[in-house]
Amino acid sequence: MSNALLEVDHLTKRFGGVTAVDECSFTVEPGTITALIGPNGSGKTTAFNMITGYLKADSGEIRFHGETIARPRPATLYRRGLSRTFQQARIFPELTVEENMVVAGGFGPRELFGRRVTSADSERALTMLTQFRLDQLAQLPAGDLSYGQRKLLEFAAVLMSSPTLVLLDEPTAGVNPVMIDAMEQHIRERHAAGVTFLIVEHDMQLVMRLCDPVIVLDRGAPIAFGPPELIQNDPLVLEAYLGS
Amino acid sequence: MHAFIQAVILGILTGGVYALMASGQTLIFGIMKVVNLAQGALVVLGAYLTYTLFTQLGIDPFLSILITTPLLFLVGVAVQWALLRPLHGDDVAQLSLLVTFAIALGIEGVLSFAYSATLTNVQPSYANFSWTVLGYQVSLVRFVAFVLSLVMLGALYFILQRTKFGRSVRATVQNPMSAQLLGVNANRVSALGFGLGAATAAAAGSVFGMLNSFNPGSHYDLISRLLTIVVLGGLGSIGGSVVAALVMGVASSVVSALASPIWSDFTFFIVLLLVLLIRPRGLFGARTRGAL
Amino acid sequence: MKRTFTKAGLIRAGIFFLILILVPIIGGPGWLLNTLIFTIMYAALSSSWNLLGGYAGYPSLGHVAFFGIGAYAVGIIFSDSVYGGYAPFFVLPIIGIAVGLLSIPIGWVSMRTRADVFAIVTITLLFITQTLAFNLKSITGGAQGKSVAPAPFDVSTYDWPFYYAMLILLAIAMGVSLYFRRSKIGLSLATVRADEDKAHGVGVRVTAVKLIAFAVSSGLVAMVGGVWAYYVGFIYPQFAVDPLITIGMVLMAFLGGRGTLWGPVLGAFILVPAQEYFAQAFGASQLYLIAYAAVFLVIMLFLPRGILPSIADRLKKRRASAAGDARDAADTPVPVGSANEPKVAR
Repeated sequence: MSNALLEVDHLTKRFGGVTAVDECSFTVEPGTITALIGPNGSGKTTAFNMITGYLKADSGEIRFHGETIARPRPATLYRRGLSRTFQQARIFPELTVEENMVVAGGFGPRELFGRRVTSADSERALTMLTQFRLDQLAQLPAGDLSYGQRKLLEFAAVLMSSPTLVLLDEPTAGVNPVMIDAMEQHIRERHAAGVTFLIVEHDMQLVMRLCDPVIVLDRGAPIAFGPPELIQNDPLVLEAYLGS
Repeated sequence: MHAFIQAVILGILTGGVYALMASGQTLIFGIMKVVNLAQGALVVLGAYLTYTLFTQLGIDPFLSILITTPLLFLVGVAVQWALLRPLHGDDVAQLSLLVTFAIALGIEGVLSFAYSATLTNVQPSYANFSWTVLGYQVSLVRFVAFVLSLVMLGALYFILQRTKFGRSVRATVQNPMSAQLLGVNANRVSALGFGLGAATAAAAGSVFGMLNSFNPGSHYDLISRLLTIVVLGGLGSIGGSVVAALVMGVASSVVSALASPIWSDFTFFIVLLLVLLIRPRGLFGARTRGAL
Repeated sequence: MKRTFTKAGLIRAGIFFLILILVPIIGGPGWLLNTLIFTIMYAALSSSWNLLGGYAGYPSLGHVAFFGIGAYAVGIIFSDSVYGGYAPFFVLPIIGIAVGLLSIPIGWVSMRTRADVFAIVTITLLFITQTLAFNLKSITGGAQGKSVAPAPFDVSTYDWPFYYAMLILLAIAMGVSLYFRRSKIGLSLATVRADEDKAHGVGVRVTAVKLIAFAVSSGLVAMVGGVWAYYVGFIYPQFAVDPLITIGMVLMAFLGGRGTLWGPVLGAFILVPAQEYFAQAFGASQLYLIAYAAVFLVIMLFLPRGILPSIADRLKKRRASAAGDARDAADTPVPVGSANEPKVAR
């Protein structure tokens, strides 16, 4: 057994006649910022959805911390330290920014009956929000935030449960350049603090700067794996992106 | 054994009529994502129209389908246009559900006003005629109704598979967003779809009026069965609802014959709960793709 | 989403309940108390429905099933004149808890589906209960109905115990609403309502909170049903498990504003008197049903979010434009609300 943090083993998913993910295998080593790239429709998001329990795989296996996850469920995985963000920044617009953080911070069954936001909750949320420079917005409804701020909020929120592995689905898609830099900075900080990342991203410059190693998916299966410099010059990758 | 087979025959024949009603309802859901709680009321409306045409003008109930179907098609289009299209807000699905319930109440109110609350039925001269085939009784009305339902279902299938409107419908059912991008007029498809759904209710209503006694409140019974069928068949799947209607028809008819008629409706609900326990999306409900 | 007890809120609730407590004592025309009993009853029903339909976003159309079960429970325990007096009122908590527990497996099955299918499954629940009420003749009296032991109360104050019982149930339902909003149950329910998939994704105990809401909601409704049965004295299937009662609860919550504390109460205080008026004006004729349907359609078409949220929006907009923007300008703000936010396919 390797000591990989996440192992994806021959994962397959079909939608009707289309095989979105095809016998896909890869690993994420602890302490890395691994990128998962590939042309549109190569199965990146589908793979994400299976890894995080949102979609049931037709076949294959997922191991987290070396343990096989028999019935992946988003909530249990999240509590075990595997969290994710979504492409379109899914936050709870009616809740305040602070409440979004508290919800994601997790609480036991008994705490359910306790106060909506205790002072301890508030403190914890604020510490994290301050690091993301969102503390000024804590009491605003999250729906009032800009798109970029929502992306930051979603990212900050999933960190509340002290995850070991965070899957980011296009963290910089649709946000302005300033916010892209901020996001990159936050990822680096978290990485330095010991969090492992698996990132789907279309911004190649960012990927080349930030990630190592890079996994390239095409038609549902990896075609290349390695440090960014190697990937950049891989003829298979070029072919996949430019079309044959 | 004889009783059992007889019950199965009866169940299949009845199930065919339910399949027709349910296909309209599931079609409406497929296109608009609206659970039409007025489907039962539309069936009852169709039955009353048939009743009036028969008692006042002497028009044969089966022939009256030629009148009631286009009429209710127009009613359906009008309802969609006037009451469902204008809905807006966060949860249009919930609002539409309640609006269709209000429509059902309205239809019930109008019918109670125009007719009385006493049970009636449509009794053409051949109402009680039946054949005996290999020792099993097959009622003429039920048999014709079954065949007619098959024909109507076939027509529906033809419309959906072979016409331009049908292609728009199928595109909308599969992916409303891209259908609109491809130039499908969603409002028009919805209006025509609702009309078509109401038209199937009309056709089924004429038959229903001959097979059952009914009053303006009968739509509750109908809708409870129809909902069970469309959920069981997987909302939006016409094929699924046809199969589910036949299964339910047979199940309730067998229970009715072997146990007691009062428990036959109950079977519907129990089967539904059992199925949902195992498959929350119904028998043929597709898992939504790209839900995330 | 207020976190602290606001003084204004307390005063509002205090005045509301004080007036209602005083009404029978001060007196008034005979019809007033009767109308108020039904108004308060619907306010309590709608507030209970709101725990699930409003806060969790699961619109049950079958809640009258639990109402009917509560009614039949009282009808069966106190049939003939086994024991009248105040006993039925004291049995109510037991009925409420029993029905709440009974509803858990039902909720578990029905809430495996999403909101639209859930609505359908709950409707079938309504019909299951009605069918059972018809068919279990030995227990329920079938279509003949069941009479409850008449209450031995003094004629001049006969309505009082029922009135106050309903009022207490309303207070409990509103209290639970308030508690939900201020606890993590309410916080979790809000995430379920907004985006259940995402809620799973951040580890919210979705199933647990949904079941809590379902059980509390149905238990309360059953207790209201119990009081009602004792008050009306005679129940039969279409009367105790009447789809119109379900629709009443839903409609009132929609009118006043789902997911708000006062919305269902406001809805009931508008609709029930209106309903009584229709019944008076049009008699038993079916114009009543048509009028009801018309009111229904008007609300859905013109006030889809309900009165209170619409007012709140208005106020918020005014305040926002007056006070200017407190947001930091690091980024271009998007409009309030999330109409442009992609929704999960259900």
